[in-house]
Amino acid sequence: MLWIAWKMLIGNRVKYLGIIFGVLFAALLIAQQSSIFCGLMFLTVSQIRDIEGPGIWVMDRNVEFIDDIKPLSDTDLFRVKGVPGVDWAVPFYKGLARARMEQGDYHQMILLGLDDATLVGAPEGLFLGELADLRKPDAVIMDDAGYKQIWPGEPYQLGRVFEMNDRRAVIVGITRASRTFQTFPIVYTLYGRAVLYAPPERKVLSFVLANADPGRDVEEVCREITAVTGLQALTRQQFMRKTIVHFLRKTGIPVNFAITVFLGFLVGTAIAGQTFYLFTVENIRQFGALKAMGTSNWTILAMVLMQALQVGVIGFGLGVGLAALFGWSTRGLTKLAFFMPWQVLAITAVAVFFIVLLASLLSIRRVLVVDPAIVFRG
Amino acid sequence: MPNPHSSQAEDDVAVRVRGVTKEFGVGGSLTKALRGVDLDVPYGELLMLVGPSGCGKTTLVSIVAGTLEPTDGEVVVLGKDLVAMSNGRKVRFRRENVGFVFQSYNLLPALSAAENAAVPLLIAGWRRSAAVEAASDVLDKLGLGDRLTNLPSELSGGQQQRVAIARAIVHEPRLLVCDEPTSALDAENGRITMELIARIAVQPDRAVIVVTHDSRVYSFADRIASMEDGRIESVSNGPDRAGTMPLL
Repeated sequence: MLWIAWKMLIGNRVKYLGIIFGVLFAALLIAQQSSIFCGLMFLTVSQIRDIEGPGIWVMDRNVEFIDDIKPLSDTDLFRVKGVPGVDWAVPFYKGLARARMEQGDYHQMILLGLDDATLVGAPEGLFLGELADLRKPDAVIMDDAGYKQIWPGEPYQLGRVFEMNDRRAVIVGITRASRTFQTFPIVYTLYGRAVLYAPPERKVLSFVLANADPGRDVEEVCREITAVTGLQALTRQQFMRKTIVHFLRKTGIPVNFAITVFLGFLVGTAIAGQTFYLFTVENIRQFGALKAMGTSNWTILAMVLMQALQVGVIGFGLGVGLAALFGWSTRGLTKLAFFMPWQVLAITAVAVFFIVLLASLLSIRRVLVVDPAIVFRG
Repeated sequence: MPNPHSSQAEDDVAVRVRGVTKEFGVGGSLTKALRGVDLDVPYGELLMLVGPSGCGKTTLVSIVAGTLEPTDGEVVVLGKDLVAMSNGRKVRFRRENVGFVFQSYNLLPALSAAENAAVPLLIAGWRRSAAVEAASDVLDKLGLGDRLTNLPSELSGGQQQRVAIARAIVHEPRLLVCDEPTSALDAENGRITMELIARIAVQPDRAVIVVTHDSRVYSFADRIASMEDGRIESVSNGPDRAGTMPLL
């Protein structure tokens, strides 16, 4: 009987495609908007993700997210190093600097200062120049997206010079880096040099990057650091989560995306529901005939649900497929954030399930109450 | 004790209807579709229900087929009391014992002729291939052996009605209910359709009830029950049989 339901469904091509379009539209909108939302959230933690070596980030107790810099005193670095369970700890500078370019124009840049000795936090994607060149005088490494932003259309060229805080900076390397939420160019240099490029402040230490002793539980060491120093110590994952939660709570981004996703859900349900209902009404005599011939209500229910699930699966597949195609085709556009984790697919699948369920409810009611005697009426 | 209204021995009766009434609506909008109908249809008989529109023919045949509940009265079909039967059992009863030929055919437009004719077997749980094969045999007997894979839209009205007849008899039901089977057909196709019903469906262990307006096909009836205003006014032998029967 499910086979008959399938044949009935595909027999009416226009309605069939109409229902699929409704589900497809909803799935596409939900998956695409959710992926862009995830992409934006991913951007907010890009600098934490890019620094893979240290497992622990130590910061001021009131820091809420990665860009919320509340400088520590230099002695905090040594206090962290002295906590039992800490294998090593290094300073890390993060701040904004204003750069004056050769042409005289100014650019705001994200300035990252790496530990002079170990270069912990150095970029992984260096494709032009050598990391060791950072130790040369005035040396900086710039991210490729930032380079293209400042010198659009120009080939990568090492040795370009600009100034920060009236001090000379020379590009000795170009690296790939994850884009940031602020979209400013990223400049890597040594910690000792970064504090000179930055505007003068009494305290300049942004973070202490640390690692736990081998075999020690990282979260336990974080708690130990907090207990001993009074500073906030988070694992890399905890810091990413805290940063994302901050953006979720303190910005309107999630609400805006949720509204779009909800509208996609509503419109998809409306289109699919209306078309599915019309399809059912159009076939009501056939359903009546089947009931008259001895088809039970349970079988009729299974038939309608099978029809709904079938268009749901196809619509879901096409919708998320198109959303993924959208993300893939725009991957070269650095300004578009798009990240589609499996959770987006799961959420979209659940949403589509409810869409087809809601869409089929009216139809189910209609076919269940249809009087089999309808077939005797002219 | 024998029923004083019955002219048949109970074992010979496929359909027995006693004092059946049917009311639709309530209060001021109450409509009495049937006003106490008594009727017997013996096995091996083709009974035609005739009468003007709105006289209650379709209501009566719907009740006999088990698709509509009477307001009052007794309905025994193939020895089963339909009034006392639960909905679930009635569905199963229809599936196993009743074949339907509808005025507007009610074929599934997306299924081929053979697949349409196989529907009752599929409802009964047959495998698709076996059901379609059995249905193809029936269609072949009805002269549609070369139209098995055609969709209803590719068939003439007469051919569609033959597919509907094949669908009605493919599971060998003991009661065949036909609602205006010739009304959408021309005279020739109407005659062919009735010939098929009379030849294939009427068997010693089966009964056929045909609701019709079409006086051209009265000659195929064993008996003709004339209805008027929710009652059976008279029951007569078909034109090929002499005399007029008593009401029951």
